Amino acid sequence: MSHKTVVNIGPFHPLQEEAEFFQLYVDGETVVDMDVRISYNHRGIEKLDESKTFDQVPFVVERVCGICSASHPLAYIQAVEDIAHVDMPERALYLRTIVNELERIHSHMLWVGLAGHFLGYNTVFMWAWKYREPVMDVLEVATGSRVTYANCKIGGVRRDMTDEQLRTIDRSCAELVGPLEMLTNAVLDDPVLHARLKNVGILTPADVKAYGALGPTARGSGVPIDVRRDEPYAAYDRVDWKVITAPGGDVFGKAVVRLLECFEAVKITRQCCDYLLKNPGGEIDAKVEAIPPGEGVGRVEAPRGETFHYVRSDGSNRPTRHKVRAPSFNNVPTFKASCIGLQIPDVAITLASVDPCYSCTERMCTIVDAETHKPMYNFAELVRLSQQKTERMKKEW
Amino acid sequence: MSEVAVTTTQADVPLTGFVGQVLERLGDSVLEVQKCVQLRGIARIEPARTVEVAEKMLAMPGCRLATATGIEVRDGIDVLYHWIIERSAAGEAAVADQPAGVVITLKVLAARPELALDSIANAVPAANWIEREMHDLLGANFRNHPDMRRLILDDSWPEGVHPLRKDFDQVADRPPLPPNQSPPDVESTNCTKENNKGQVRGTLPTGGRDKK
Repeated sequence: MSHKTVVNIGPFHPLQEEAEFFQLYVDGETVVDMDVRISYNHRGIEKLDESKTFDQVPFVVERVCGICSASHPLAYIQAVEDIAHVDMPERALYLRTIVNELERIHSHMLWVGLAGHFLGYNTVFMWAWKYREPVMDVLEVATGSRVTYANCKIGGVRRDMTDEQLRTIDRSCAELVGPLEMLTNAVLDDPVLHARLKNVGILTPADVKAYGALGPTARGSGVPIDVRRDEPYAAYDRVDWKVITAPGGDVFGKAVVRLLECFEAVKITRQCCDYLLKNPGGEIDAKVEAIPPGEGVGRVEAPRGETFHYVRSDGSNRPTRHKVRAPSFNNVPTFKASCIGLQIPDVAITLASVDPCYSCTERMCTIVDAETHKPMYNFAELVRLSQQKTERMKKEW
Repeated sequence: MSEVAVTTTQADVPLTGFVGQVLERLGDSVLEVQKCVQLRGIARIEPARTVEVAEKMLAMPGCRLATATGIEVRDGIDVLYHWIIERSAAGEAAVADQPAGVVITLKVLAARPELALDSIANAVPAANWIEREMHDLLGANFRNHPDMRRLILDDSWPEGVHPLRKDFDQVADRPPLPPNQSPPDVESTNCTKENNKGQVRGTLPTGGRDKK
């Protein structure tokens, strides 16, 4: 008779600010079923927003996530602008695009680094994080903060960027292309990574539709959905870029999408800087008198996928209802489709491949014997198992 | 087609463009069209036909469920299913010159006192979590949901208290912490039941409760 065990991943880890609890039901080394529990740190932001004025809410939703802190306020603001029909000044659209694309670069590089670490490629981890650092610095130069940018407001942006700041951004982006190429080649040309990531954790296009998967998780399965193209906001319809997709739906596809998207983000940012340098001056915000009663939807392509905000106004100065849907809420349940049938060492990277707001995966994890309840592995050991598998493969190659 | 539009919708919002075509396909399950513009549609549908409508929507090419929003209104809980229609792969457009990035919001009212609707999670897996969330936070009940366990609220949270209800006060209605999670007391390190009673923060909740 087979010996089934439960592998608990989570919910808490002292290094992380967020918690998520995965339970893998394993038969030997193979995952046969899976369960996820979320919301160990529910902050009630939707309820809180009902007590804030329309102008205060962006600063609250900015704190929904530390990595997507440009996407959430922008999605909220677009929902409010959907109600109020604001005519945005051109310059503000480009300024919004710059911050959102810089956010995408640093988020994707963070993912590449951690994915490298999970697989035992700590050089990739260190390189990716090294080259992510200048992006964070540039964001600090441009907005005053590495994490909470507070650059958007209803009707435009709060602060303009000087020509000097724009040149700094442009230069840093240009300098990023070399390291990005090196990282991309290192990952895409490595036979061991091909063996480790190809055909692992496959998500089919049918699953993408059924689970409503978003962003690189969907595009890695060859489903070309991208809010930036489908419903262009900010300046995305004014610059030249393309939607990156990869066939296969495996972890490798998702890695390819993220790496190549960094190049597109660099391209978009540089075009925006170029436009703003050539067209100096001008308004950065439109005057918004009051928010009329109505309901609006705001969508933004965050690094992990579409961020969806719904706002209802009753004509007062506070939203009656504000719904926040982060992309991970739709992406996390896809584990049910992609993890079942995998070996335990492959689960860590498959869980990581949807980039579930990264802090959600890197946490304490214990494998408990279902019969004796005795701990067998913790998450560090799972990562070690994953790294050992790569080592073995390297030797075989 | 225009006859259908006249009989099933209010005359002041004409069904135009692609959004109008999608809403027309839903037929007489649409009770009222509230908005029908280039990229946005809002319609109220018959609660009894929620699942049928969801199946029809998901079957459309490029259509996916973004999420759902629950709102407490006077007559019950309004559940808003937000569907997004995109041009997915080439040649898969539902109609010719279909615009991209259409958001169609279908409203269903879960009327008081039952606050119950049919779950669409069996037909649309993407609705699984969001229906659990609405059940936790607003107390909407979804019939035939495959897995109606708690998603957002802690297991120790009292039954029938829903924090996103309008009458739930974040401070006054906060339930007491469970005994083993009471804040540590400097004087008594050995937590007896009596000690914990003294540490309970706030009053017993009155708001956000299911009214029987």
